[in-house]
Amino acid sequence: MSFVTDNIILETKNLTKVYEVGLFKKGSVMAVDDVSFNLHKGEIISVVGESGSGKTTMAKAILKLLPPTDGKILYNGKDISEFKKREDLINYWRHVQGIFQDPYAPFNLFYKVDRVFNIIFNLFEKPFSREERRKMIESSLEMVDLNPKEVLGKYPHQLSGGQRQRILIARSLIVNPEILLADEPTSMIDASTRVDVLRVFLSLREKQGLSIIFITHDVGLAYYISDRMLVMQKGRIIEEGKVEEIIMNPKQEYTKKLLSSIPTLTKKWEFFERIGTC
Amino acid sequence: MSVLRAQNIKAYYKLLDGDVKAVEDVTFSLEAGEILGIAGESGCGKSTLAATLSTVILPPLKLIGGRLIIEDGKNIFELQERTLRREIRGKYLALIPQSAMNALNPTKKIKHLVIDAIRTHQPRMPKEEILKISKKQFEEIGLPPRVLESYFFELSGGMKQRSVIAMSSLLNPKVLVADEPTAALDVSTQKIVLNLLVSLKEKGIVQSIIFITHDIAVLRQIADRIMVMYAGMIVEVGGIEDVVFKPLHPYTQGLISTVIVPEPDIKEKVLTGIPGAPPNLKDPPPGCRFHPRCKFVMPECKKKVPPLAPKNGKIVLCWLYA
Repeated sequence: MSFVTDNIILETKNLTKVYEVGLFKKGSVMAVDDVSFNLHKGEIISVVGESGSGKTTMAKAILKLLPPTDGKILYNGKDISEFKKREDLINYWRHVQGIFQDPYAPFNLFYKVDRVFNIIFNLFEKPFSREERRKMIESSLEMVDLNPKEVLGKYPHQLSGGQRQRILIARSLIVNPEILLADEPTSMIDASTRVDVLRVFLSLREKQGLSIIFITHDVGLAYYISDRMLVMQKGRIIEEGKVEEIIMNPKQEYTKKLLSSIPTLTKKWEFFERIGTC
Repeated sequence: MSVLRAQNIKAYYKLLDGDVKAVEDVTFSLEAGEILGIAGESGCGKSTLAATLSTVILPPLKLIGGRLIIEDGKNIFELQERTLRREIRGKYLALIPQSAMNALNPTKKIKHLVIDAIRTHQPRMPKEEILKISKKQFEEIGLPPRVLESYFFELSGGMKQRSVIAMSSLLNPKVLVADEPTAALDVSTQKIVLNLLVSLKEKGIVQSIIFITHDIAVLRQIADRIMVMYAGMIVEVGGIEDVVFKPLHPYTQGLISTVIVPEPDIKEKVLTGIPGAPPNLKDPPPGCRFHPRCKFVMPECKKKVPPLAPKNGKIVLCWLYA
Protein backbone atom coordinates (compact mmCIF):
# COMPACT_ATOMS: atom_id res chain seq x y z
CA MET A 1 0.00 0.00 0.00
CA SER A 2 1.33 3.36 -0.88
CA PHE A 3 0.93 6.49 1.18
CA VAL A 4 2.75 8.73 -1.26
CA THR A 5 0.73 11.40 -3.04
CA ASP A 6 1.63 13.41 -6.13
CA ASN A 7 1.71 16.68 -4.23
CA ILE A 8 5.21 18.12 -4.10
CA ILE A 9 5.57 19.68 -0.68
CA LEU A 10 9.25 20.59 -0.58
CA GLU A 11 11.66 21.16 -3.39
CA THR A 12 15.29 22.22 -3.53
CA LYS A 13 16.68 23.76 -6.69
CA ASN A 14 20.44 23.80 -7.22
CA LEU A 15 21.00 24.17 -3.50
CA THR A 16 24.63 25.07 -2.79
CA LYS A 17 26.41 25.88 0.42
CA VAL A 18 30.04 26.95 0.59
CA TYR A 19 31.73 27.33 3.95
CA GLU A 20 34.46 29.92 3.93
CA VAL A 21 37.50 29.13 6.02
CA GLY A 22 40.01 31.49 7.58
CA LEU A 23 40.01 35.16 8.44
CA PHE A 24 40.26 36.55 4.90
CA LYS A 25 38.21 33.84 3.24
CA LYS A 26 41.36 32.09 2.15
CA GLY A 27 39.85 28.69 1.67
CA SER A 28 36.41 27.36 1.01
CA VAL A 29 34.66 24.06 1.45
CA MET A 30 31.91 23.08 -0.93
CA ALA A 31 29.61 21.35 1.56
CA VAL A 32 26.51 21.05 -0.60
CA ASP A 33 26.97 21.25 -4.34
CA ASP A 34 24.05 21.84 -6.69
CA VAL A 35 21.50 19.61 -5.00
CA SER A 36 18.02 19.39 -6.49
CA PHE A 37 15.34 17.03 -5.28
CA ASN A 38 11.71 17.05 -4.32
CA LEU A 39 9.63 15.55 -1.57
CA HIS A 40 6.01 14.50 -1.99
CA LYS A 41 3.38 14.59 0.66
CA GLY A 42 3.37 11.35 2.64
CA GLU A 43 6.71 10.25 1.29
CA ILE A 44 9.77 9.11 3.23
CA ILE A 45 13.03 9.81 1.49
CA SER A 46 16.39 8.99 2.92
CA VAL A 47 19.66 10.76 2.32
CA VAL A 48 22.61 8.40 2.58
CA GLY A 49 26.32 9.16 2.62
CA GLU A 50 29.52 9.01 4.62
CA SER A 51 30.37 11.58 7.25
CA GLY A 52 31.38 14.81 5.58
CA SER A 53 29.22 14.31 2.52
CA GLY A 54 27.07 17.36 3.30
CA LYS A 55 23.95 15.65 4.61
CA THR A 56 23.68 17.70 7.79
CA THR A 57 24.47 20.98 6.04
CA MET A 58 21.61 20.30 3.66
CA ALA A 59 19.31 19.54 6.60
CA LYS A 60 20.27 22.78 8.30
CA ALA A 61 19.59 24.77 5.15
CA ILE A 62 16.16 23.18 4.80
CA LEU A 63 15.36 23.95 8.44
CA LYS A 64 16.41 27.54 7.73
CA LEU A 65 19.17 27.41 10.31
CA LEU A 66 21.82 28.20 7.68
CA PRO A 67 21.49 30.51 4.69
CA PRO A 68 22.34 28.73 1.42
CA THR A 69 25.07 30.26 -0.75
CA ASP A 70 23.11 29.62 -3.90
CA GLY A 71 19.94 27.95 -5.04
CA LYS A 72 16.45 27.84 -3.68
CA ILE A 73 14.36 25.84 -1.28
CA LEU A 74 10.68 25.91 -2.09
CA TYR A 75 8.07 24.98 0.47
CA ASN A 76 4.66 24.56 -1.18
CA GLY A 77 6.03 26.60 -4.07
CA LYS A 78 7.23 29.50 -1.89
CA ASP A 79 10.91 30.39 -1.56
CA ILE A 80 11.83 30.03 2.10
CA SER A 81 14.57 32.66 1.95
CA GLU A 82 11.75 35.21 1.69
CA PHE A 83 10.44 34.25 5.11
CA LYS A 84 11.93 37.03 7.18
CA LYS A 85 9.19 38.29 9.41
CA ARG A 86 8.57 36.56 12.72
CA GLU A 87 5.11 35.31 11.70
CA ASP A 88 6.44 33.80 8.49
CA LEU A 89 9.29 32.04 10.27
CA ILE A 90 7.05 30.72 12.99
CA ASN A 91 4.61 29.54 10.39
CA TYR A 92 7.40 27.73 8.52
CA TRP A 93 8.72 26.03 11.63
CA ARG A 94 5.25 24.95 12.57
CA HIS A 95 5.19 22.92 9.40
CA VAL A 96 8.80 21.79 9.15
CA GLN A 97 10.38 20.27 12.25
CA GLY A 98 13.75 18.66 12.88
CA ILE A 99 15.06 15.84 15.06
CA PHE A 100 18.77 15.43 15.60
CA GLN A 101 21.31 12.79 16.32
CA ASP A 102 21.93 13.24 20.01
CA PRO A 103 19.01 12.27 22.26
CA TYR A 104 21.01 13.32 25.32
CA ALA A 105 21.96 16.93 24.55
CA PRO A 106 18.53 18.62 24.53
CA PHE A 107 17.77 17.56 28.10
CA ASN A 108 18.95 19.41 31.17
CA LEU A 109 19.98 16.78 33.69
CA PHE A 110 18.75 18.81 36.64
CA TYR A 111 15.17 19.21 35.48
CA LYS A 112 12.39 16.82 34.68
CA VAL A 113 11.92 15.86 31.06
CA ASP A 114 8.64 17.79 30.89
CA ARG A 115 10.69 20.92 30.44
CA VAL A 116 11.72 20.14 26.87
CA PHE A 117 8.13 20.74 25.86
CA ASN A 118 8.08 24.37 27.03
CA ILE A 119 9.64 26.10 24.05
CA ILE A 120 7.59 24.44 21.36
CA PHE A 121 4.48 26.26 22.60
CA ASN A 122 6.06 29.55 21.51
CA LEU A 123 5.27 28.49 17.95
CA PHE A 124 1.57 28.97 18.61
CA GLU A 125 -0.01 32.36 18.35
CA LYS A 126 -2.45 31.89 21.17
CA PRO A 127 -1.28 30.86 24.62
CA PHE A 128 -2.60 27.62 26.06
CA SER A 129 -3.64 26.93 29.59
CA ARG A 130 -1.70 24.47 31.70
CA GLU A 131 -4.34 21.74 31.26
CA GLU A 132 -4.52 22.21 27.51
CA ARG A 133 -0.77 21.93 27.25
CA ARG A 134 -0.75 18.82 29.39
CA LYS A 135 -3.39 17.23 27.19
CA MET A 136 -1.50 18.06 24.00
CA ILE A 137 1.73 16.66 25.42
CA GLU A 138 0.01 13.48 26.51
CA SER A 139 -1.68 12.88 23.19
CA SER A 140 1.54 13.42 21.24
CA LEU A 141 3.40 11.07 23.60
CA GLU A 142 0.79 8.45 22.86
CA MET A 143 1.41 8.93 19.16
CA VAL A 144 5.02 7.81 19.66
CA ASP A 145 4.00 4.75 21.69
CA LEU A 146 5.03 6.18 25.03
CA ASN A 147 2.86 5.99 28.10
CA PRO A 148 2.68 9.58 29.44
CA LYS A 149 2.46 8.26 32.99
CA GLU A 150 5.72 6.40 32.56
CA VAL A 151 7.81 9.25 31.19
CA LEU A 152 6.41 12.56 32.44
CA GLY A 153 7.80 13.69 35.77
CA LYS A 154 10.97 11.64 35.34
CA TYR A 155 14.52 12.89 35.10
CA PRO A 156 16.48 12.32 31.86
CA HIS A 157 18.81 9.71 33.35
CA GLN A 158 15.84 7.52 34.24
CA LEU A 159 14.93 7.05 30.58
CA SER A 160 16.67 5.10 27.83
CA GLY A 161 18.07 6.72 24.69
CA GLY A 162 15.19 5.38 22.63
CA GLN A 163 12.62 6.81 25.04
CA ARG A 164 14.33 10.19 25.00
CA GLN A 165 14.48 10.27 21.23
CA ARG A 166 10.77 9.43 21.09
CA ILE A 167 10.04 12.26 23.55
CA LEU A 168 11.83 14.61 21.17
CA ILE A 169 9.78 13.29 18.27
CA ALA A 170 6.65 13.81 20.37
CA ARG A 171 7.74 17.38 20.99
CA SER A 172 7.98 18.14 17.30
CA LEU A 173 4.59 16.54 16.72
CA ILE A 174 2.83 18.98 19.04
CA VAL A 175 2.70 21.61 16.30
CA ASN A 176 1.38 18.99 13.87
CA PRO A 177 4.10 19.44 11.22
CA GLU A 178 3.90 18.41 7.59
CA ILE A 179 7.58 17.61 7.20
CA LEU A 180 9.87 15.95 9.69
CA LEU A 181 13.59 16.16 9.07
CA ALA A 182 15.38 13.45 11.01
CA ASP A 183 19.16 13.80 11.02
CA GLU A 184 20.71 10.46 12.08
CA PRO A 185 18.00 9.98 14.72
CA THR A 186 19.01 6.43 15.58
CA SER A 187 22.79 6.41 15.45
CA MET A 188 23.23 6.96 19.18
CA ILE A 189 20.53 4.53 20.26
CA ASP A 190 20.87 0.84 21.02
CA ALA A 191 19.87 -1.61 18.34
CA SER A 192 17.06 -2.99 20.49
CA THR A 193 15.33 0.37 20.96
CA ARG A 194 16.19 1.68 17.49
CA VAL A 195 13.38 -0.41 16.07
CA ASP A 196 10.81 1.42 18.21
CA VAL A 197 11.89 4.77 16.82
CA LEU A 198 11.71 3.53 13.24
CA ARG A 199 8.27 2.08 13.84
CA VAL A 200 7.07 5.43 15.13
CA PHE A 201 8.20 7.12 11.91
CA LEU A 202 6.36 4.59 9.77
CA SER A 203 3.14 4.83 11.75
CA LEU A 204 3.21 8.65 11.69
CA ARG A 205 3.39 8.61 7.95
CA GLU A 206 0.54 6.12 7.81
CA LYS A 207 -1.75 7.95 10.25
CA GLN A 208 -0.98 11.60 9.60
CA GLY A 209 0.47 11.64 6.11
CA LEU A 210 3.71 13.08 7.43
CA SER A 211 6.56 13.51 4.96
CA ILE A 212 9.93 12.52 6.33
CA ILE A 213 13.49 13.24 5.25
CA PHE A 214 15.59 10.59 6.95
CA ILE A 215 19.32 11.23 7.01
CA THR A 216 21.59 8.29 7.80
CA HIS A 217 24.85 6.60 6.92
CA ASP A 218 23.31 3.17 7.22
CA VAL A 219 21.90 1.96 3.92
CA GLY A 220 20.11 -0.85 5.74
CA LEU A 221 18.03 1.56 7.80
CA ALA A 222 17.38 3.69 4.73
CA TYR A 223 16.13 0.66 2.87
CA TYR A 224 13.88 -0.40 5.71
CA ILE A 225 12.18 2.92 6.22
CA SER A 226 12.08 4.87 2.99
CA ASP A 227 10.47 4.94 -0.43
CA ARG A 228 13.19 6.81 -2.25
CA MET A 229 16.89 7.18 -1.58
CA LEU A 230 19.38 9.91 -2.41
CA VAL A 231 23.03 8.95 -2.20
CA MET A 232 25.33 11.88 -1.45
CA GLN A 233 29.05 12.07 -1.96
CA LYS A 234 31.14 15.21 -1.47
CA GLY A 235 28.06 17.43 -1.46
CA ARG A 236 26.55 16.06 -4.66
CA ILE A 237 23.71 13.66 -5.20
CA ILE A 238 25.28 10.89 -7.22
CA GLU A 239 22.45 8.40 -7.27
CA GLU A 240 18.73 8.71 -6.76
CA GLY A 241 15.86 6.31 -7.12
CA LYS A 242 13.51 3.82 -5.53
CA VAL A 243 15.18 2.05 -2.60
CA GLU A 244 14.56 -1.41 -4.04
CA GLU A 245 16.31 -0.49 -7.27
CA ILE A 246 19.31 1.01 -5.55
CA ILE A 247 19.73 -1.90 -3.17
CA MET A 248 19.30 -4.59 -5.80
CA ASN A 249 21.15 -2.82 -8.55
CA PRO A 250 23.43 0.02 -7.44
CA LYS A 251 24.99 1.86 -10.35
CA GLN A 252 27.72 3.93 -8.71
CA GLU A 253 30.87 2.45 -7.20
CA TYR A 254 30.35 4.58 -4.10
CA THR A 255 26.88 3.18 -3.49
CA LYS A 256 28.24 -0.35 -3.90
CA LYS A 257 30.94 0.41 -1.35
CA LEU A 258 28.39 1.78 1.14
CA LEU A 259 26.25 -1.30 0.66
CA SER A 260 29.13 -3.71 1.10
CA SER A 261 30.20 -2.00 4.33
CA ILE A 262 26.96 -2.83 6.12
CA PRO A 263 27.59 -5.78 8.41
CA THR A 264 24.89 -8.41 7.96
CA LEU A 265 24.10 -11.60 9.80
CA THR A 266 24.05 -13.98 6.89
CA LYS A 267 27.24 -13.10 5.08
CA LYS A 268 30.73 -12.90 6.50
CA TRP A 269 33.19 -10.46 5.02
CA GLU A 270 36.50 -11.36 3.51
CA PHE A 271 39.09 -9.42 5.41
CA PHE A 272 42.58 -8.45 4.31
CA GLU A 273 41.92 -7.18 0.86
CA ARG A 274 44.33 -4.46 1.83
CA ILE A 275 44.49 -2.22 4.82
CA GLY A 276 43.31 1.05 3.41
CA THR A 277 45.05 4.34 4.04
CA CYS A 278 42.14 6.70 4.19
CA MET B 1 45.23 -22.68 25.77
CA SER B 2 43.52 -19.94 27.73
CA VAL B 3 45.23 -16.58 27.86
CA LEU B 4 42.69 -15.24 30.30
CA ARG B 5 40.33 -16.98 32.71
CA ALA B 6 37.73 -14.96 34.57
CA GLN B 7 36.13 -16.69 37.53
CA ASN B 8 33.02 -15.35 39.26
CA ILE B 9 33.96 -11.72 38.81
CA LYS B 10 31.76 -9.30 40.72
CA ALA B 11 32.22 -5.55 40.49
CA TYR B 12 29.87 -3.03 42.06
CA TYR B 13 29.74 0.74 42.03
CA LYS B 14 29.71 1.73 45.69
CA LEU B 15 27.43 4.72 46.04
CA LEU B 16 26.08 6.47 49.10
CA ASP B 17 22.57 5.16 48.55
CA GLY B 18 23.47 1.58 47.68
CA ASP B 19 25.47 -0.60 45.33
CA VAL B 20 25.05 -0.66 41.58
CA LYS B 21 25.56 -4.30 40.71
CA ALA B 22 27.09 -3.76 37.30
CA VAL B 23 29.02 -7.01 36.92
CA GLU B 24 27.55 -10.06 38.64
CA ASP B 25 29.23 -13.43 38.67
CA VAL B 26 30.94 -13.36 35.29
CA THR B 27 32.89 -16.48 34.39
CA PHE B 28 34.50 -17.21 31.04
CA SER B 29 37.80 -18.06 29.44
CA LEU B 30 39.54 -16.49 26.49
CA GLU B 31 41.54 -18.83 24.29
CA ALA B 32 44.70 -17.89 22.42
CA GLY B 33 43.99 -16.67 18.90
CA GLU B 34 40.30 -16.01 19.28
CA ILE B 35 38.14 -12.93 19.03
CA LEU B 36 35.50 -12.99 21.74
CA GLY B 37 32.56 -10.68 21.31
CA ILE B 38 30.54 -9.28 24.20
CA ALA B 39 27.13 -7.97 23.19
CA GLY B 40 24.42 -6.19 25.12
CA GLU B 41 22.42 -2.99 25.43
CA SER B 42 23.73 0.18 27.00
CA GLY B 43 23.71 -0.08 30.76
CA CYS B 44 24.17 -3.85 30.82
CA GLY B 45 27.64 -3.66 32.37
CA LYS B 46 29.74 -4.24 29.24
CA SER B 47 32.01 -1.27 29.81
CA THR B 48 32.31 -2.01 33.53
CA LEU B 49 33.37 -5.53 32.63
CA ALA B 50 35.93 -4.09 30.19
CA ALA B 51 37.36 -1.83 32.90
CA THR B 52 37.47 -4.72 35.37
CA LEU B 53 39.18 -7.06 32.91
CA SER B 54 41.84 -4.48 32.13
CA THR B 55 42.38 -3.99 35.91
CA VAL B 56 41.53 -0.29 35.72
CA ILE B 57 39.17 -0.39 38.68
CA LEU B 58 38.69 3.17 39.89
CA PRO B 59 36.34 4.27 42.67
CA PRO B 60 33.37 4.23 42.99
CA LEU B 61 33.81 0.95 41.09
CA LYS B 62 34.97 -1.75 43.46
CA LEU B 63 35.94 -5.33 42.87
CA ILE B 64 33.80 -7.45 45.18
CA GLY B 65 35.07 -10.88 44.31
CA GLY B 66 36.43 -13.20 41.67
CA ARG B 67 39.71 -14.12 40.07
CA LEU B 68 41.33 -13.17 36.79
CA ILE B 69 43.96 -15.74 35.90
CA ILE B 70 46.58 -15.19 33.22
CA GLU B 71 48.64 -17.70 31.29
CA ASP B 72 51.15 -18.51 34.02
CA GLY B 73 48.41 -19.19 36.58
CA LYS B 74 48.71 -15.93 38.49
CA ASN B 75 45.57 -14.17 39.69
CA ILE B 76 46.28 -10.61 38.60
CA PHE B 77 43.68 -9.12 40.91
CA GLU B 78 46.09 -9.95 43.75
CA LEU B 79 49.04 -8.05 42.28
CA GLN B 80 50.24 -4.67 43.52
CA GLU B 81 49.32 -1.55 41.55
CA ARG B 82 53.02 -1.00 40.73
CA THR B 83 53.49 -4.48 39.29
CA LEU B 84 50.26 -4.20 37.37
CA ARG B 85 51.43 -1.03 35.73
CA ARG B 86 54.90 -2.31 34.89
CA GLU B 87 54.18 -5.90 33.98
CA ILE B 88 50.56 -6.36 33.03
CA ARG B 89 48.86 -3.30 31.61
CA GLY B 90 49.84 -2.56 28.03
CA LYS B 91 52.08 -5.63 27.93
CA TYR B 92 49.73 -8.46 28.72
CA LEU B 93 46.37 -6.70 28.73
CA ALA B 94 45.55 -3.51 26.87
CA LEU B 95 42.30 -1.58 26.81
CA ILE B 96 40.89 0.68 24.13
CA PRO B 97 38.35 2.61 26.19
CA GLN B 98 35.07 3.78 24.78
CA SER B 99 35.34 6.98 22.72
CA ALA B 100 39.06 7.18 23.49
CA MET B 101 39.57 8.97 20.23
CA ASN B 102 37.58 11.93 21.47
CA ALA B 103 39.58 12.15 24.67
CA LEU B 104 43.02 12.76 23.17
CA ASN B 105 44.80 15.92 24.24
CA PRO B 106 44.45 18.46 21.41
CA THR B 107 47.54 20.44 22.41
CA LYS B 108 49.95 17.51 21.96
CA LYS B 109 51.11 15.74 18.87
CA ILE B 110 50.35 12.04 18.55
CA LYS B 111 54.05 11.23 19.08
CA HIS B 112 54.04 12.98 22.45
CA LEU B 113 51.01 10.98 23.47
CA VAL B 114 52.78 7.80 22.39
CA ILE B 115 55.92 8.65 24.40
CA ASP B 116 53.79 9.52 27.40
CA ALA B 117 51.87 6.27 27.18
CA ILE B 118 54.95 4.07 26.85
CA ARG B 119 56.88 5.86 29.60
CA THR B 120 54.07 5.04 32.03
CA HIS B 121 54.78 1.37 31.55
CA GLN B 122 58.50 1.49 30.71
CA PRO B 123 59.96 4.59 32.37
CA ARG B 124 63.52 3.98 31.18
CA MET B 125 62.95 3.46 27.49
CA PRO B 126 64.73 6.23 25.51
CA LYS B 127 62.62 8.54 23.36
CA GLU B 128 64.30 7.56 20.12
CA GLU B 129 63.55 3.93 20.67
CA ILE B 130 59.90 4.61 21.47
CA LEU B 131 59.60 6.64 18.28
CA LYS B 132 61.29 3.89 16.31
CA ILE B 133 58.96 1.15 17.46
CA SER B 134 55.90 3.33 17.10
CA LYS B 135 56.87 4.29 13.56
CA LYS B 136 57.25 0.62 12.74
CA GLN B 137 53.93 -0.25 14.34
CA PHE B 138 52.08 2.57 12.60
CA GLU B 139 53.48 1.48 9.24
CA GLU B 140 52.63 -2.13 9.95
CA ILE B 141 48.94 -1.28 10.30
CA GLY B 142 48.86 1.02 7.30
CA LEU B 143 49.05 4.44 8.91
CA PRO B 144 51.50 6.90 7.29
CA PRO B 145 54.32 8.03 9.65
CA ARG B 146 53.17 11.64 9.30
CA VAL B 147 50.35 10.72 11.69
CA LEU B 148 52.90 10.74 14.52
CA GLU B 149 53.72 14.36 13.73
CA SER B 150 50.07 15.48 13.62
CA TYR B 151 47.70 16.78 16.20
CA PHE B 152 44.70 14.54 16.57
CA PHE B 153 42.20 17.09 15.29
CA GLU B 154 44.03 17.00 11.96
CA LEU B 155 43.02 13.38 11.49
CA SER B 156 39.75 11.91 10.25
CA GLY B 157 37.58 9.81 12.57
CA GLY B 158 38.87 6.53 11.19
CA MET B 159 42.50 7.60 11.41
CA LYS B 160 42.01 8.79 14.99
CA GLN B 161 40.56 5.46 16.03
CA ARG B 162 43.31 3.57 14.19
CA SER B 163 45.97 5.69 15.92
CA VAL B 164 44.37 4.88 19.26
CA ILE B 165 44.42 1.18 18.41
CA ALA B 166 48.05 1.42 17.29
CA MET B 167 48.97 3.17 20.54
CA SER B 168 47.30 0.58 22.71
CA SER B 169 49.00 -2.28 20.90
CA LEU B 170 52.53 -0.80 20.89
CA LEU B 171 53.87 -3.19 23.51
CA ASN B 172 52.36 -6.20 21.71
CA PRO B 173 49.86 -7.13 24.41
CA LYS B 174 48.51 -10.68 24.47
CA VAL B 175 44.94 -9.55 25.07
CA LEU B 176 43.35 -6.44 23.61
CA VAL B 177 40.05 -5.31 25.10
CA ALA B 178 38.24 -3.03 22.64
CA ASP B 179 35.21 -1.23 24.08
CA GLU B 180 32.85 -0.04 21.30
CA PRO B 181 35.75 0.91 19.02
CA THR B 182 33.46 1.63 16.08
CA ALA B 183 30.57 3.35 17.86
CA ALA B 184 30.99 6.86 16.47
CA LEU B 185 32.22 5.90 13.00
CA ASP B 186 30.26 5.63 9.80
CA VAL B 187 29.88 2.30 8.06
CA SER B 188 32.79 2.44 5.64
CA THR B 189 35.25 3.64 8.29
CA GLN B 190 33.88 0.99 10.61
CA LYS B 191 34.86 -1.65 8.09
CA ILE B 192 38.42 -0.31 7.92
CA VAL B 193 38.76 -0.36 11.71
CA LEU B 194 37.37 -3.91 11.93
CA ASN B 195 39.78 -4.97 9.22
CA LEU B 196 42.62 -3.49 11.26
CA LEU B 197 41.64 -5.37 14.41
CA VAL B 198 41.50 -8.68 12.56
CA SER B 199 44.86 -8.04 10.95
CA LEU B 200 46.45 -7.17 14.32
CA LYS B 201 45.53 -10.66 15.42
CA GLU B 202 46.56 -12.36 12.18
CA LYS B 203 49.95 -10.65 12.22
CA GLY B 204 50.51 -11.82 15.77
CA ILE B 205 50.78 -8.31 17.22
CA VAL B 206 48.05 -9.30 19.67
CA GLN B 207 46.96 -12.84 20.44
CA SER B 208 43.34 -12.49 21.39
CA ILE B 209 40.77 -9.73 21.27
CA ILE B 210 37.74 -9.06 23.43
CA PHE B 211 35.39 -6.94 21.33
CA ILE B 212 32.55 -5.15 23.09
CA THR B 213 29.63 -3.73 21.15
CA HIS B 214 25.86 -3.50 21.03
CA ASP B 215 25.79 -4.36 17.33
CA ILE B 216 25.47 -8.10 16.75
CA ALA B 217 25.93 -7.72 13.00
CA VAL B 218 29.42 -6.31 13.61
CA LEU B 219 30.29 -9.24 15.87
CA ARG B 220 29.05 -11.63 13.21
CA GLN B 221 31.78 -10.26 10.94
CA ILE B 222 34.74 -10.61 13.27
CA ALA B 223 34.04 -12.69 16.37
CA ASP B 224 34.65 -16.42 16.79
CA ARG B 225 32.67 -16.71 19.97
CA ILE B 226 30.11 -14.42 21.55
CA MET B 227 28.87 -13.71 25.06
CA VAL B 228 25.55 -11.95 25.47
CA MET B 229 25.25 -9.83 28.58
CA TYR B 230 22.09 -8.58 30.21
CA ALA B 231 21.89 -6.47 33.38
CA GLY B 232 25.38 -7.42 34.53
CA MET B 233 25.06 -11.16 33.92
CA ILE B 234 26.06 -13.37 31.07
CA VAL B 235 22.95 -14.95 29.59
CA GLU B 236 24.30 -16.88 26.63
CA VAL B 237 27.73 -18.00 25.43
CA GLY B 238 28.47 -19.86 22.23
CA GLY B 239 30.03 -19.95 18.78
CA ILE B 240 29.03 -16.92 16.75
CA GLU B 241 27.03 -18.84 14.15
CA ASP B 242 25.23 -20.94 16.73
CA VAL B 243 24.14 -17.85 18.63
CA VAL B 244 23.19 -15.79 15.59
CA PHE B 245 21.24 -18.46 13.75
CA LYS B 246 19.88 -20.46 16.68
CA PRO B 247 19.62 -18.13 19.66
CA LEU B 248 18.27 -19.81 22.78
CA HIS B 249 17.82 -17.13 25.42
CA PRO B 250 14.73 -14.94 24.86
CA TYR B 251 16.90 -11.84 25.22
CA THR B 252 19.33 -12.99 22.54
CA GLN B 253 16.40 -13.78 20.28
CA GLY B 254 15.11 -10.24 20.77
CA LEU B 255 18.50 -8.70 20.18
CA ILE B 256 18.98 -10.61 16.94
CA SER B 257 15.50 -9.84 15.65
CA THR B 258 16.31 -6.11 15.76
CA VAL B 259 19.20 -6.26 13.29
CA ILE B 260 18.28 -4.33 10.17
CA VAL B 261 20.12 -5.33 7.01
CA PRO B 262 19.70 -4.17 3.41
CA GLU B 263 18.24 -7.43 2.20
CA PRO B 264 14.98 -7.78 0.26
CA ASP B 265 12.92 -9.63 2.87
CA ILE B 266 13.53 -7.14 5.70
CA LYS B 267 10.68 -4.86 4.63
CA GLU B 268 8.10 -7.59 5.08
CA LYS B 269 9.44 -8.58 8.46
CA VAL B 270 7.69 -6.99 11.42
CA LEU B 271 10.45 -5.80 13.70
CA THR B 272 9.34 -6.04 17.27
CA GLY B 273 12.31 -4.99 19.35
CA ILE B 274 12.41 -5.80 23.03
CA PRO B 275 9.65 -4.14 25.04
CA GLY B 276 10.58 -2.21 28.17
CA ALA B 277 13.92 -0.90 29.31
CA PRO B 278 16.87 -2.57 31.09
CA PRO B 279 16.46 -2.62 34.89
CA ASN B 280 18.08 -0.25 37.32
CA LEU B 281 21.11 -2.18 38.55
CA LYS B 282 20.86 -0.66 41.99
CA ASP B 283 17.82 -2.77 42.59
CA PRO B 284 17.74 -5.51 39.93
CA PRO B 285 14.62 -7.68 39.72
CA PRO B 286 14.82 -10.88 41.79
CA GLY B 287 15.40 -14.19 40.06
CA CYS B 288 16.22 -13.94 36.38
CA ARG B 289 16.99 -10.29 35.69
CA PHE B 290 15.28 -10.44 32.31
CA HIS B 291 11.91 -11.69 33.54
CA PRO B 292 10.00 -8.35 33.49
CA ARG B 293 10.65 -8.05 29.74
CA CYS B 294 10.45 -11.71 28.83
CA LYS B 295 7.51 -13.16 26.89
CA PHE B 296 8.12 -16.70 28.15
CA VAL B 297 8.11 -15.71 31.82
CA MET B 298 7.30 -18.55 34.27
CA PRO B 299 6.71 -18.48 38.04
CA GLU B 300 10.19 -19.74 38.91
CA CYS B 301 11.84 -16.98 36.86
CA LYS B 302 10.71 -14.46 39.48
CA LYS B 303 12.08 -16.47 42.40
CA LYS B 304 15.49 -17.90 41.61
CA VAL B 305 18.39 -17.06 39.35
CA PRO B 306 18.59 -19.85 36.76
CA PRO B 307 21.81 -21.89 36.59
CA LEU B 308 24.19 -21.57 33.61
CA ALA B 309 23.22 -24.74 31.75
CA PRO B 310 24.82 -26.27 28.65
CA LYS B 311 22.42 -26.73 25.73
CA ASN B 312 23.20 -27.50 22.07
CA GLY B 313 26.88 -26.65 22.48
CA LYS B 314 26.10 -23.31 24.08
CA ILE B 315 25.72 -22.18 27.65
CA VAL B 316 22.46 -20.49 28.59
CA LEU B 317 21.17 -18.81 31.72
CA CYS B 318 17.45 -19.47 31.47
CA TRP B 319 14.83 -21.61 33.19
CA LEU B 320 13.49 -22.70 29.79
CA TYR B 321 16.58 -24.85 29.34
CA ALA B 322 17.58 -25.62 32.91
